[in-house]
Amino acid sequence: MRDAFLRVLTQAVERDPRIVLVTGDLGFGVLTEYAKRFPKQYINAGVAEQNMTMIACGLALEGHKVFTYSIANFTILRCLEQLRNDVCYHNADVTAVSVGGGFSYGQLGMSHFATEDLAILRALPEMKVVAPTGIWEAEEASRAIIAQGGPAYLRLDKGKADSGPRDGESFVLGKSRMLRDGKDVCFIGTGAVLSEAMKAADMLAADGISARIIAMHTVKPLDGAAVAAAARECGGIVTVEEHNILGGLGGAVAEACLEAGGAPGFFVRIGLADHYPTVVGDQHYLRAQYGMDAKTIAEKTRAAMTKKRP
Amino acid sequence: MMPDAGRPGRLNDPDSLRDLARRIRINAVRMTSSGKSSHVGSVLSMADIMAVLYGQVLRVDPRDPKWPDRDRFILSKGHAGAGVYAALAETGFFPVERLKTHYQNGSTLSGHVSHKGVPGVELSTGSLGHGLGVGTGMAYAGKLAGHAWRVFVQMSDGECDEGSNWEAIQFAGHHELSNLVAVIDYNKIQSLARVEDTLRLEPFADKWRAFHWAVEEVDGHDVEALSACFARLPFNDGKPSVVIAHTTKGKGVSFMENSVLWHYRTAQGEEFKAAMAELGVSDA
Repeated sequence: MRDAFLRVLTQAVERDPRIVLVTGDLGFGVLTEYAKRFPKQYINAGVAEQNMTMIACGLALEGHKVFTYSIANFTILRCLEQLRNDVCYHNADVTAVSVGGGFSYGQLGMSHFATEDLAILRALPEMKVVAPTGIWEAEEASRAIIAQGGPAYLRLDKGKADSGPRDGESFVLGKSRMLRDGKDVCFIGTGAVLSEAMKAADMLAADGISARIIAMHTVKPLDGAAVAAAARECGGIVTVEEHNILGGLGGAVAEACLEAGGAPGFFVRIGLADHYPTVVGDQHYLRAQYGMDAKTIAEKTRAAMTKKRP
Repeated sequence: MMPDAGRPGRLNDPDSLRDLARRIRINAVRMTSSGKSSHVGSVLSMADIMAVLYGQVLRVDPRDPKWPDRDRFILSKGHAGAGVYAALAETGFFPVERLKTHYQNGSTLSGHVSHKGVPGVELSTGSLGHGLGVGTGMAYAGKLAGHAWRVFVQMSDGECDEGSNWEAIQFAGHHELSNLVAVIDYNKIQSLARVEDTLRLEPFADKWRAFHWAVEEVDGHDVEALSACFARLPFNDGKPSVVIAHTTKGKGVSFMENSVLWHYRTAQGEEFKAAMAELGVSDA
């Protein structure tokens, strides 16, 4: 996803002198070519994310289109107040790009797990929150954000779901994509962990359970219509995110369902159960360890369906 | 275009600047009294700086607040917003009458300075340690495009406790942003106590120098000294400039001067009348 973003950004920079990429001293080997080709549109702010975000805001207020770049939480949490007061309140064209959503840096430990970002950034007015599920979405989301402007948060995963486009499909920020239709359950996933929901759907299909799969690449603004339709048309909803179960995709979907006037038949949030992981491992290992793998998703879905029909 | 072509009503004589400073103080005492709001001491300490900047130094045009070639001014010590509102009103950005709405229900003149609906305000602040970093980004953009305009950031001494400022100071020095000017209202008193008893800033000027800034120290209540100091900008063609203005908190009202109390206290009743009398208003 990171390479997809940089590919799209590089194409855009060639045409648009307003674009500036500001890194917080990260991107070893990845940003070298960009920095060499576009020295006037590249700033290494050093290990100073508050200032990185403040200068991004200052540049944006002077007409630039700015992307701050770092890994995991560094573009958003250390500088959260800068995002709130400077970027969002001034509606500045700044996009915070985080390379490494969820457990992307699974071996590096808790400091590098971005597992509260969606909930926290969703609460900022003006902020768009985007977590592509696969490479195509990462490319298209990057393109859309460049076109529409910030404030935005782009969460890029190391993993990817097989969520490529159908023939002629176009991508719209804030509009979810139904990858598969079904009626017994609807999986709504954001980020690459959607791949686990897709595998879970295959497992359930063997039992005759049909699952709708929705790629919710934009957590804010949320595609409430798709959520309401799922609540209405499917047996229940299971949200899947590599994130705390509080306040992120699961919370957003629950809010949308109830406000639309229809609670789903059953509702399960797959995610981190409001605690900090204390072991490390690769992304797949941690998903399994913390209950976000396909097998657990399928089991929890079956259990919820059974409970619903005593 | 001459640098000051868009700059109407520039005040060139010290007496006019002193009078502007007095009017800023009068407005500030009125606004903080009617709103029962805090921070009058913080406004009074920077009133002379505001008068010299808005009356003389800043290339701004009240008829065209978004004039692209204007100097940018950011109040980083946002709690002294009443001082900027007063300076803007007194120099024609909006009617002085509007200052009466400060702190009132439904007003856009918030206690901490806001750009929403207020002509002439570049940046909303209130949380300390933001203004210099955003100003640094603006200065970087200005330099990148080769613009002549400058960025002025009015800071407090207490807010230099914020680490974010030192990130910006380091960045601006490294990038030699000579179009950036920080002005410190060094009144030596912060929210709860004296600066030297809270977190020592000294040797303050040396710290800025060590971060590759050009430093000048000045009496922040001497409008002629301030004028002369700002006229020397940039102090060094390859460095950002900082004006460390030595000031007295609460300056201009004897019983508010140099007192921690008047960071938060608001003048009411007889205190209000006494303060206004000292500022030359006998019928307050």
